[in-house]
Amino acid sequence: MAQRAFSIIAALVVAGLIIGPVTAVLWRGGGFTALSAADVSALQFTIWQAFWSAFISVGLAIPVARALARRAFWGRSALISVMGAPFILPVIVAILGLLAVFGGNGMLNLLLSPLGLPRLEIYGAQGVILAHVFFNLPLAVRLILQGWLAVPSERFRVAASLGAPVFWLLEWPMLRRVVPGAFAVIFVICLGSFAVALTLGGGPRATTVELAIYQAFKFDFDLSKAASLAVVQLCLGLGAGGLALLLSRGDMLGAGFDRVVQRWDGSKVLDAVFISLASLFLLAPLVAVAIAGMAGLPDLPSSIWAATFRSLMIALGAVALTMALALPLATKAGEAASLLGISVSGLVLGTGLFLIVQPFVRPSSVALPVTMVVNVLMALPFVLRILRPGVESAKADFGRLGQSLGLSGFALWRIVYLPRLRRPMGFAAGLTGALAMGDLGVITLFSRPGEGTLPLMMYDLMGRYQMDAAYGAALLLVALSLGVFWVFDKGGRAHAVV
Amino acid sequence: MKKTLLTVAGLTFASVAAAETNVLTVYAPDYFGSEWGPGPSIEEAFEAQCDCDLQYQTGDLLPRLLLEGERTEADVAIGFNSDITKRARESGLFAPHGLDLSPLTLPLEWADDTFLPFNYGHTAFIYDNTKLDGFDSFEALLNAPDDVRVVIQDPRSSISGLALVLWVNAVYGDEAEAAWARLAPKIVTVTQGWSESYGLFTDGEADVVLSYTTSPAYHIIAEEDLTKSAAIFDEGHYFMVELAAKLAGTDNPELADQFMAFILTEEFQTMIPTTNWSFPAALTEDKWPEGFQELPMPETVLFYDENEAAALRDGAIEAWRSALSQ
Repeated sequence: MAQRAFSIIAALVVAGLIIGPVTAVLWRGGGFTALSAADVSALQFTIWQAFWSAFISVGLAIPVARALARRAFWGRSALISVMGAPFILPVIVAILGLLAVFGGNGMLNLLLSPLGLPRLEIYGAQGVILAHVFFNLPLAVRLILQGWLAVPSERFRVAASLGAPVFWLLEWPMLRRVVPGAFAVIFVICLGSFAVALTLGGGPRATTVELAIYQAFKFDFDLSKAASLAVVQLCLGLGAGGLALLLSRGDMLGAGFDRVVQRWDGSKVLDAVFISLASLFLLAPLVAVAIAGMAGLPDLPSSIWAATFRSLMIALGAVALTMALALPLATKAGEAASLLGISVSGLVLGTGLFLIVQPFVRPSSVALPVTMVVNVLMALPFVLRILRPGVESAKADFGRLGQSLGLSGFALWRIVYLPRLRRPMGFAAGLTGALAMGDLGVITLFSRPGEGTLPLMMYDLMGRYQMDAAYGAALLLVALSLGVFWVFDKGGRAHAVV
Repeated sequence: MKKTLLTVAGLTFASVAAAETNVLTVYAPDYFGSEWGPGPSIEEAFEAQCDCDLQYQTGDLLPRLLLEGERTEADVAIGFNSDITKRARESGLFAPHGLDLSPLTLPLEWADDTFLPFNYGHTAFIYDNTKLDGFDSFEALLNAPDDVRVVIQDPRSSISGLALVLWVNAVYGDEAEAAWARLAPKIVTVTQGWSESYGLFTDGEADVVLSYTTSPAYHIIAEEDLTKSAAIFDEGHYFMVELAAKLAGTDNPELADQFMAFILTEEFQTMIPTTNWSFPAALTEDKWPEGFQELPMPETVLFYDENEAAALRDGAIEAWRSALSQ
């Protein structure tokens, strides 16, 4: 019973933190506004690009995850960690990295032109989707890889000895369970795209809902319009989440002895090709970012360390809070509710929180906690996507065993469930921390000078013509985000039962 | 983990406790208050003469003031752009500055009794003079071959992007959409803000970038790089001015007045060029730093006042949007 009460409280907190700010903005704006024709076409483009971005990310992730699941090679675990980096890159840095590879003077065009091949044009819808796949393929790979690793290795062994069709018997049911959720999360992330879509989309054809919100807020100060669009975002997020829950049926595969998968099937060559191509696609832009950043490291001002410290504090705080909310929320309904968090514009959330806290405290005095809370809301959907399958199978497979041993409540969690969840918890915590490090978020409405975070400082440097130093700051940011991610992720894997 | 939260809380509350009595609160954009912006040196100079504590609150200037309304703690707000002052003025939050405007050295008449200019610039296209010959008119840019790669900012999310569509409107009027259609094939992309565009330009992703007439000064003074030039157009350049205003509800009117007056002093104005990388609003050219004095200046300055800008804005953006969406 206590567990259920915790679940309900956590769900109410999350829903309140999302719906409260949106309502506050709506109330202050004086109600809803009808959408203009331009808004509707922005909405259409937003949904269209989000669908294809999610579809391609997940489609490519399936063979890559399978290859990673069934092949053991030197550096595999390091590769899996580093491949996650694009997901946590600040947008502008990722764009510059992508342009170094795919841009007008990028490596690819330098290779193509001597061969007499036509120049590759990145700007356009293809560029938007390319960038979104770059950002989200790592997440999709990790989510699906987790599904593969959760299939007990005995199953594969039995299937192999019987000569049974591994794909239809074991992998298809797993994919049916995992893929819709991964698709929904990525679809909702891409709905919120703004700078990526604009910069790589080549202009106003690639206008998204988020840009309309930004315009309504910054130029027109039309809060009613901003809130109305945020409600549209909420509905889309809810729709995607609901659909994913409906579709994600599939059998639980039961308990095994929990060993790493040993496989005899599949083509080694094909797997090697998938892993190499994915690594090249994800790592080449990162290398470009790193090279540009090295040159800028000596230009970094000393104040960068204080900003780094603040960013680390936000990251650690966000991890603690996210985990505290995520474990009780790891249910179907909890996951659906959490999708609301990333579907709503951060700008609207920030403005709403500003309106709510303003009568009581000076907004700038709560800049860091507010940034942290928004980061928690943004991270919860990923975290739950990662944790829920583990929590559910732990409950299904070991709940009865635990109860028959007389364990219940917190003891059951501590002794039986949590040790089994180390791996997904480590991954989820790492992701939360890394995302919170890199988030510019709402701090622009609340901050005051000398209290900026690392990403804010990077933008400051860019705005002052100091591109080299900005790239240096970006490199520092990426290295720290990866460091935070690695520490948690590794911590989860060390001595993990699963 | 609890410790972390406490540390975060401690850090933030410590700053509240520092609030004192004789404090002048100045709202400013992020760039202004950052350690590379003009904010810190202005703060130091003003505190040396006011016996007070100047504190910046940085962030989105107008949205924040409008959100806070009468309850705002701001005494002075600095960093408005003339294209959005109409909205600011209509809020009734600001009071006349009561200053004599004769020290102003703007290239056009300025008689606003509330919003006080502190720096200005003009929109301009910047190019690498080792790779391109430049353009002496807007027509020349529109007639340039389509493989010249231009990057601009979105008028819906950036103030310089908005200035560009007003510029095109001022030069081409009813023909603005046709002009945009001629420029469209050369526009590689449109970015959210100035920083992204300029980054693309310095990374070699574009040959020409929408920026300001003062941009080359940064490269000349800070980097001793003479390869970046602003193309000066015969048709003229759109004028952009940044402004400050006193809040009507300030609880420290004398200090606010003192700061407003400080803006027009030589001490303040000489800090502007190399911290804000723009022209000072009240300083004769002979007092500008080297590197600024040599910058080529447009012969004609184009400008819409806030009422005209507000009336033209939607149409000008629509002309841009429809031509670039083809």
